[in-house]
Amino acid sequence: MTDAVLEIRGLNVDYGLGDDAVHAIRDVDLTLHRGEVLGLAGESGSGKSTLAYGLTRLLPPPGVITGGEVLYHPDGGDPVDVLRMDHATLRKFRWAETAIVFQGAMNSLNPVHRISTQLTDVIKAHDPRSTSASRLARARELLHLVGISADRLDSYPHQLSGGMRQRVMIGMALALEPKVVIMDEPTTALDVVVQRQILRQLVELRERLGFSVVFITHDLSLLVEFSDRIAIMYGGRIVEEAASADLYRDPLHPYSHGLLNSFPALRGPKRELTGIPGSPPDLRAMPAGCAFHPRCPHAMERCGVEVPVLGVPGDRPGPADRTVACWLHPVQDNGL
Amino acid sequence: MTTGTAPSASGTTEVVLEADGLTKHFPVRKRGRELLSRTTRAVRAVEDVTLRLHRGRVTALVGESGSGKSTVARLLAQLYPQTSGQIRLRGEPVDAKGGRRFRAYSKRVQMIFQDPFASLNPVHTVRYHLTRALKIHGNAGKTSQELEEALADLLTRVQLTPPERYVDKFPHELSGGQRQRVAIARALGADPEVLLADEPVSMLDVSIRLGVLNLLRDLKERLHLAILYITHDIASARYFADETYVMYAGRVVEGGESETVTQRPAHPYTQLLIDSAPDPDRPAAQEKDGGTGEPPSLIDPPAGCRFNPRCPHAMKVCAEKVPPRFAIGDGDGHFAACWLYGDDLSGADKVKLREEVS
Repeated sequence: MTDAVLEIRGLNVDYGLGDDAVHAIRDVDLTLHRGEVLGLAGESGSGKSTLAYGLTRLLPPPGVITGGEVLYHPDGGDPVDVLRMDHATLRKFRWAETAIVFQGAMNSLNPVHRISTQLTDVIKAHDPRSTSASRLARARELLHLVGISADRLDSYPHQLSGGMRQRVMIGMALALEPKVVIMDEPTTALDVVVQRQILRQLVELRERLGFSVVFITHDLSLLVEFSDRIAIMYGGRIVEEAASADLYRDPLHPYSHGLLNSFPALRGPKRELTGIPGSPPDLRAMPAGCAFHPRCPHAMERCGVEVPVLGVPGDRPGPADRTVACWLHPVQDNGL
Repeated sequence: MTTGTAPSASGTTEVVLEADGLTKHFPVRKRGRELLSRTTRAVRAVEDVTLRLHRGRVTALVGESGSGKSTVARLLAQLYPQTSGQIRLRGEPVDAKGGRRFRAYSKRVQMIFQDPFASLNPVHTVRYHLTRALKIHGNAGKTSQELEEALADLLTRVQLTPPERYVDKFPHELSGGQRQRVAIARALGADPEVLLADEPVSMLDVSIRLGVLNLLRDLKERLHLAILYITHDIASARYFADETYVMYAGRVVEGGESETVTQRPAHPYTQLLIDSAPDPDRPAAQEKDGGTGEPPSLIDPPAGCRFNPRCPHAMKVCAEKVPPRFAIGDGDGHFAACWLYGDDLSGADKVKLREEVS
């Protein structure tokens, strides 16, 4: 396993203050390794986008980070805690080290500015001494990187198709060669054919430029194909984390199992599918114990009382990089 | 050479709703110099679509966004007038432009929309929504007791039980899946023969999509509804629909039994669509470098087959003549609108065309 580039430890995010606060993220531990694609899957309201905004400190109010740390390991330097950076450091850190491609990225371009202006703007902000010619050359290079011809530089966003706008956004995120790229549902609004083109390109770019990706989506079947590891979130917690292949072959948490069984297969025999009964939990009134227990087919008495701990399952000896939070697979004792 | 959709062996053959050569052009507003010219440009959203919905069967219409699949549903629901072509309900030509005729038509053909967060009025309860549908279509009964029974019956049908718990809720108190069930119940309030479902699950969370699809299938079986299922997810069409039609840029390019279409796709576009769908089972090596390009502008679509600029097998004829539906001959009514299957036409000519454009 390669070394870590981003380490999240015990992150807690609330919306609102005091007794009315909704706990959107609870005690999340997550490690992103150098050069890997980490998939983050979950339903709407599971906290996956909040996690992405929390670790970049982009949470809009009333979002508040109430605890934890986000350690960023720069190349050959000492780790820094993103949550404790002062304003000026944070400003330098953002985009140069960690870039984010937003949900609905198709609409996050400014409609009244040309692509070239928007691409060069960020370079100018981070390197005010660069010349406009060099910035333009870099913008041209970025468009080339994502497979758009350079004559599109003078276009306005509405003159580009959805897929091209998405590529521009990805190119823009790569402008300062960040080490970490966070993609929040980057292809949800796109058609499958375009989606595949863009993801294939992203995988190529990652191999060439060597950045790490946090890929957030609700489409687990997509993640299984494109990511190295997958973390599954439910009700603000990570319930399972494993290598994609392991998760697909042998999901341990009943929720992961249910999610995998919610996608009709295109090949192979036709199976009767059930999905998961019930509806996602209301964050304002979370069930006690394991958040999934009201919908879980294997729920035991203990599930409604105690919150299961995320850890290496005792009944699955093997590589220690797989964790699950479920009483069906209690965590290994430390002594063993 | 051209085939319609032959009735299949497995289901009933009773055609409820059919469209013949359905075409819809939306005029484009004139600008600048065009104001002086006579010609009006149009978005050719739907061109020559022929399909049939059978009693007790689900027909899927699959395509990318902008392929015209929702326009087809809206034409079938008579929310737009068609530019040309005919819609027939039980053999009777439909002309329901507003007023009483439209209401009579909508009693028999109901539509479910994509976004249950937008299709229910946030200031009204479930009771209001369902009562309105029942009253307008004359299914509310005579007494308030009969109305209550009808309401409970509707909610039970969409598995919102016990009905008392849901009938006085506001939309914001329900989850997305429950809201979509209310929208389905409202459509059932008219006691329709045809249900047009426009992406009914794409706004819902993955874990509850199947619940809604299974509900629709259950309704099809119990109430013998003819359902049109519009989706961009071809895997769910395989799972849920009996027949599948694939649309590209306003035209139907392939159709047939869902299993045949998804397992042995004939049209190059369908093949591309299936290769692009996320599939965890796909061996990494099998990755094909298939898809390039994007769907064409529908204001000025390519001549001939609209897929020809992206098609790896494009021939000269593809850029000249619109391909008719050719029977594939490997399943009930499996057809593809693609010149690759037109071998019986004029063998010698075609070979030459193939050589000219590679």
